[in-house]
This record gives sequence, structure tokens and C-alpha cells, in this order.
Amino acid sequence: MNSKITNRIAISVIIACAVAMAAILISMLGYILVQGVSSISWKFLTTSASPFLAGGGIKDQLWNSFYVLIITMLLTVPIGVFGGIYLAEYAKPGKLTSFIRTCVEVLASLPSIVVGMFGMLVFVNYFGFKYSVFSGALALTVFNLPVIVRVTEDGFRSLSRHQKEGGLALGLTHWHTIKTILLPAAFPSILTGIILSAGRVFGESAALLFTAGLSTPDLDFGNWNPAAPNSPLNLFRSAETLSVHIWAVNTGGIMPDVQTIANGSAAVLVICVLLFNLFARMIGKIINQKFSGK
Amino acid sequence: MKIGKMVTDAAPASGGKSKLINEKGLFSQLTDRTSESRGKLLIYGSALLMIVAVTAITLFLSIQGLRAFVVDHLNFWTFITGTEWFPDRAENPSFGAFPFIFGSMAVTFLAALIATPIAIGTAIFMAEIAKKWGAKVMQPVIEILVGIPSVVYGLIGLSIVVPFMRQHFGGSGFNLITGAIVVGIMILPTVASIAADSIRAVPDSLRQASYAIGATKWQTIWRVVIPAAGSSLLTAIILGMSRAFGEALAVQMVIGNARNIPASILDPSATLTTIITLSMGHTTTGSVLNDALWSLGLILLLISYVFIVIIRFLGRRGEKR
Repeated sequence: MNSKITNRIAISVIIACAVAMAAILISMLGYILVQGVSSISWKFLTTSASPFLAGGGIKDQLWNSFYVLIITMLLTVPIGVFGGIYLAEYAKPGKLTSFIRTCVEVLASLPSIVVGMFGMLVFVNYFGFKYSVFSGALALTVFNLPVIVRVTEDGFRSLSRHQKEGGLALGLTHWHTIKTILLPAAFPSILTGIILSAGRVFGESAALLFTAGLSTPDLDFGNWNPAAPNSPLNLFRSAETLSVHIWAVNTGGIMPDVQTIANGSAAVLVICVLLFNLFARMIGKIINQKFSGK
Repeated sequence: MKIGKMVTDAAPASGGKSKLINEKGLFSQLTDRTSESRGKLLIYGSALLMIVAVTAITLFLSIQGLRAFVVDHLNFWTFITGTEWFPDRAENPSFGAFPFIFGSMAVTFLAALIATPIAIGTAIFMAEIAKKWGAKVMQPVIEILVGIPSVVYGLIGLSIVVPFMRQHFGGSGFNLITGAIVVGIMILPTVASIAADSIRAVPDSLRQASYAIGATKWQTIWRVVIPAAGSSLLTAIILGMSRAFGEALAVQMVIGNARNIPASILDPSATLTTIITLSMGHTTTGSVLNDALWSLGLILLLISYVFIVIIRFLGRRGEKR
């Protein structure tokens, strides 16, 4: 009898924990969306930020976030995928492999501010890229590489052996088998992972603070010449991203509508991350259906 | 007419198989031996880059972090145990980093203390009690929440937790425990989802054996499942702690940024990450303060390595079982 009562109490405590968790997270998300969505308008998304006056928007920051994300992905995806292929296909068990594995693990668990400091030291000062989109993207590459490597390795490992053996039996070389048989087969899971990591990169702030900078020059959205200093495409201009903007506005903003701007930006950020997530899940599901023929 | 045309059209294709292979480049691809070495080059290069990145980070941060002691002749011992951080005082500037080290530790442990019971409880709920519901609804939602940017957590802290603390505990509301709560909530989804995975990995035969000798659900969970999941549950918590330890902006927004050791958890405080975030932009390269900040960065890096070593150790112990 006693153990039954304990059982009941314990189970209710566990359920209470789960309910508390759900309540905290849902109310948080709800708060951000409810507070923020009311301040999102077409004007908010399409006007530049104003340093002193009310009514500033987030046009440049939003653009910067996407631009840094795209550059980061262009750098990360090839290196990460190749690195993952190495670990899944070429790595022989031994000291070198376990060292590379340790390196991936270390990269994955470094605090992002440490990555930012490294970026400041090497990309901003040593290579002289200054606070720029490019420095920021390089720092985020360091931050995002381990994720892509893992996703790729997992994708390759989940394939059945027959695919590889079939390719090799046809007399293809190892690399050719990877390129034409294994990579296409693993592509859906890799793509899902890449999109998920894009959400993480999109919201990253600490690593960008010291690499992409806290300001944006006056961007002229009619000037698409990448060499012009005020062009949105210029790689070597400083670029404050959306998440850095939220932090900067909250810690040092002197405009009268700080709260509105912060809430609106946070809502845009969260919505983008949610969209990345939904998108990744949808793609995973669609491709899975295609492959399993259901 | 139509049939005739089709036949004439189709004729060349069926007639020249080798031509088709040639056109698609299959033949040349199959015999291309250099493609193999080119691919290998790409792959080994990428793998090598991972080593280069880690080595470069460690090396550069070490060199820059040791400058304060080697070039500026700060005493290492007084640096980590000193409690006075007055770098810009005109006479006798002092660099005591202990308040920040203490702050980082305090936030990390308090956050773990707040997050662990709720996260583990949720994990047990998802993996043991409401399996279907847990896997179909809770797990995806929690995984999405892992991806919510940390500044958003900071903003939430600023607009909900800080006013709440101000109302109920007095003071400004910016204090150590507020920081710990914000970070604790931030690591909740991470810890819960990893913990749930490790509970699911416990083989069902153990549970069945436990039920077979008449154990209740709770006895099974407490005596069988949790000990069996043991070290991986601990890994989940440590991973959460390492994330809490490295978090910068969310903490900085709510912790109050004082430079002395807090007397209680309701006092404003600072951590390694927050002081770096705040001061780094205002210093010039090569100044003593700048070098001291890099030393703080180095300490941050070293403690992250400690976390990594612990996680690896736990992982290895889990594998051996």
C-alpha cells in the first residue's frame, strides 16, 4: 500500500514538472509573439533603424542577418560536408581520427563569445578584415562547422551498407561511389540538418559582437555593386545583425521606443527561427515519404 | 506518319549505346583516376581544417591571454584571487578577477540547480509515462525551443523576470539569481531533450524484469531506469552547465554588472562573459585592461576544456558499461 502511495505522489510530481516546463516555455513563446507581433508592420520591416528618434525599423539589421547567414552557409556547407564524409567514410580508427573527433567536439562546445574573441583577434585584427560581414561569417563558420560535420556523418552512417557495396561492386572508385550514390542518398537528412543549423546561426549574437560590429553604414538598396562602401552586398562593411540589435538596443539604446523595437525584433527573430524549423521538418517529411514510397 | 517518325527518331539512340555513355560522360568519369585523388584531397583538407581551427583558437587565445602576465607583469595569483577590479583607477589600478570567476560559477550552478529537476522530470514524463504524447508533441516542441536565440531569453528576463524580482524582493531586480533563472530556463530544453534520449536508450528488458517482480512504475523508474541511464543523464546536466557557463549576452542583460563579489544571491553581480562583453569594445589593443580581458577569455576557454574533458570521461564510462 505504502509503495502505491509513493508511486502516485512521485508520478504526480513528474507530471507537475512536465506541466511546469510546458507552461514556462509556452508562456515565454506566447509572450514574445503577442508582445512583438503588434509592433511588426510593413513600415517596421522596411525602414532603417534610427539612433535617437522613435519609429525606427529593422530593415538593415534584417538584411544583414540573412546576408551573414548566406555567406556563412556558403563557407560552412562544403567544408562541413567534406569533413563529415571524412569521418564517416575515410577515417580509420586510430589516433588521428580520434583527435579529429575531439576537435569537432571541442569546436561544438566552445562558448560562442570565445569564438567571437578568436574572430576578433584573427580575422578582424590580424588579417585586417575589420568589423565586417566577412569576419562575422568566418567566426560563425568556426561555430557552425561541427554541427554540419555531425549531421553529415550521421546521414552517411544511417545509409544501408548495400548502397556502398553495390557501387563498389560495379567497379566505381570509393570517391565516385560517395559522389554519385551515397551523397544523393544522404542528401535529405543533411539538408534537414543544414536548415536547422541555419536557425542557430541566424540567432547567434555573442560571436558577432566583436566580428561583425555594432553598426551598419547607411545602406543604399539601389546600389548592388559589391565594391561600393554603402552597398548592401559589400562584404567588408560592418553589419549589425538582428540579434545583436536586440542586445544593443536593450543595453545602450536611447530611443524612446526601445521596448517596442526590442519586442518587434525578437518576434521577427523567433518567427524566422520557427520557420527554419518548420521548413526543415517539412522537407524531411516530404523526402522521407518519397523514399519510403508511402 | 506518326509511328514512322517515332521509329526514325528512336533509331539512333538504340543503335549507339556506347555513344550515349560517351555523351553523358559516364565513360570518362568511370576511368577518371584523378577524380579519386581530387576528392580525397578535398576531404582530408576539410578534416585537417578542423584541427587547424581548434589549434589556432587555443594557441592565439593562449598567447594573447598570457600577455597580461608576461608583458604587463601582472601577478597570476593575485589576478585570479584578487577581489578588486578597478582597471581604470589612476593610481594603483588593480586587476582582481575573482568576482567574475565566482559569478560565472555561481550562475552555472544555480542555473543547473533550477533546471535539473524540471528538465529531468520532463524527460521521465516524455520517455516513461506519456510515451506517445511525449514523442509526438513534447519532443518536437522542445527541440524547436533549443533553437530559440539566447538574446530572446535575455529579453524575456529583462521584461518579465527583472520586474518580478524588483516587486517581490526589492532592489533593482538585476541580480545574480535573475541571471541564473534566465540561463536556467534557457538550458531547460537542451537538458530535457538529451536526458529523454538517454532514458529511451535504456533497454526495455530491464523495465520488464522490474515490473515482473512487482515493482511499481516509480520504483522501476527510480531503482532501475535512472541508475541504468546514470552517466548519460549526468552528461545532459553537464552539457547544460557548460552552455550556461558560456552564455554571454542573455546574462549580461539581467545580472546587473557589479564589480564586487555579491553578498547574497539578490545582489547584482558579473561573470567572465559579461565583463568581456561590456569592456572589450571600449579598450585599445595592447593596453593592460585589454590584455587582462584576454586573460579572462583564456580562463573561459580553459574552463570550457574542463567541461569537455568531464563530458568525454562520462561518455567513455557510459560506453564501457
